Amino acid sequence: MKNAEPIIRLQNLSKTFVGADGEIKALEGITLDIYEGEIFGIIGMSGAGKSTLVRCINFLERPTQGTVIFNGRDLANLTNKELYKARQQMGMIFQQFNLLMQRTALGNVCFPLEIAGKSKTDAQTRAKELLELVGLADKADAYPAQLSGGQQQRVAIARALATNPKVLLCDEATSALDPSTTRGVLSLLKDINKRLGITIVVITHEMSVIEEICQRVTIIDNGHIAETGSVEEIFTRPKSQAARRLVYPEDKKIDCFIGKRCCRIVFDGSSSFEPIIASMVLEFRHTVNILFADTKNIDGQAFGQIVIQLPEAENTADRMIGYLRSKGLTVEEVDGYV
Amino acid sequence: MFNPVVVTMIVRGLGETLYMTLLSTALAYVLGLPLGVIFVVTEKEGLCPNLYLNKILNVIINLTRSVPFLILLVAVLPFTRWVVGTTIGSNATVVPLVIAAAPFIARLVESSLKEVDIGVIEAAQSMGANPKEIICKVMLPEALPSLIVGCAIAVTTILSYSAMAGFVGGGGLGTIAINYGYHRYQKDIMFVTVALLVIVVQVLQEIGMKLAAICDKRK
Repeated sequence: MKNAEPIIRLQNLSKTFVGADGEIKALEGITLDIYEGEIFGIIGMSGAGKSTLVRCINFLERPTQGTVIFNGRDLANLTNKELYKARQQMGMIFQQFNLLMQRTALGNVCFPLEIAGKSKTDAQTRAKELLELVGLADKADAYPAQLSGGQQQRVAIARALATNPKVLLCDEATSALDPSTTRGVLSLLKDINKRLGITIVVITHEMSVIEEICQRVTIIDNGHIAETGSVEEIFTRPKSQAARRLVYPEDKKIDCFIGKRCCRIVFDGSSSFEPIIASMVLEFRHTVNILFADTKNIDGQAFGQIVIQLPEAENTADRMIGYLRSKGLTVEEVDGYV
Repeated sequence: MFNPVVVTMIVRGLGETLYMTLLSTALAYVLGLPLGVIFVVTEKEGLCPNLYLNKILNVIINLTRSVPFLILLVAVLPFTRWVVGTTIGSNATVVPLVIAAAPFIARLVESSLKEVDIGVIEAAQSMGANPKEIICKVMLPEALPSLIVGCAIAVTTILSYSAMAGFVGGGGLGTIAINYGYHRYQKDIMFVTVALLVIVVQVLQEIGMKLAAICDKRK
């Protein structure tokens, strides 16, 4: 892939906002090449500047310094008209989908085609094809408000693809979706990349998204590039501090994980076949420490008590107690065990 | 009391009131809608920022809005005579009504347009839409339900202004209420005209709300 011509080339890009309390440097010295046909990830914590970066790629934000070269042309040298044309070559999808609420799904997909000067019938034919592609052919006449989040994002993807763009920019496209819908949308993006050969730039704060679909990734930290490389490389050998933070987000917590709060769980005849403590640990993804246990299994019913030490995070501890209570167990907090 | 002559007069007054109100609203929108749109797009974070123009429009809108309608009505009499050739009757009232309502409508349009999700506008920009397309194909259609609600507010406000014009012989139900109720102490006729005004306001408001609900695809 390296020998191909980069479709997007960012050179020494900086963006400074002038706010109420002086200048804010959102981006500084960003140099990046994104190649045709790849799925490229840009990851960073919130506030790192990744949304500004993606807006610089299609000049929704004009960079303060540096150049953006798209498909061999410096965007800064284009007239407004040429810039509008260039943007038609770059589809974009958003965290909040940003569909036109007063238009149907079909109307939304027709929108960029109308902008590109297609006739109404041509636009509708093409829009129907695209809704088919994203698996929403039956929802053509539905308004966005009648669709689920995942379906709305699919409409947005269809809309972004309508003008046959060379690049698809995804700004936190899955951040408002639940995990299973996220997987659906990501596999759709992957499929589109394979079938249409479109370059996809994925902006996210979730490492799992990068892991799922990207080939290369750059890590943005505090307006700077911390590290760029193949996803594999960054996952196995993160060099920068920012990369390590993203790859092992729970790094620090593991040591001082367990808190001082303990509680006694009384089993008085619930089913002993249900692994309650284990399910709780899996559900909350936090461990508990069993300090004392004395239970008996009598005819498939559990009797006795267990004392556990709860995680340090207050609300996790509270939610765990709530969880145990919801399973019909008597739970009381006890002191003096730790 | 309610002989055929009075009834005919009230019916004609109702007709004049509706004529003044609807015509003024339509003409005021011809001025106020573009004014509101230009005001919103020339703002600092707008589509085509132009702070200079924005400031001027802001001052004009505020100035016109701060003049009480009855004063404005009198102040523009020479202009009214120049436009319609007379200063009494319903046609003459339309002129000050339009002048008073246009900036008010511009404000209503402004607040409706500002309700449009900035993200949707950004999405349209990302698809290469130019400012004109964004105004006509995104901002106005997306704000439609809110614009209709604003229109209902404008119509009812203009209706009450038109009744005020009764003091200077503006025609319509307002003139009847003032001539008979105020000058001649015929309270019954005044009550009937006021009741009619209330009903007209209710009906117009209701129509506006229904229309807005039908157009609103957000739920």
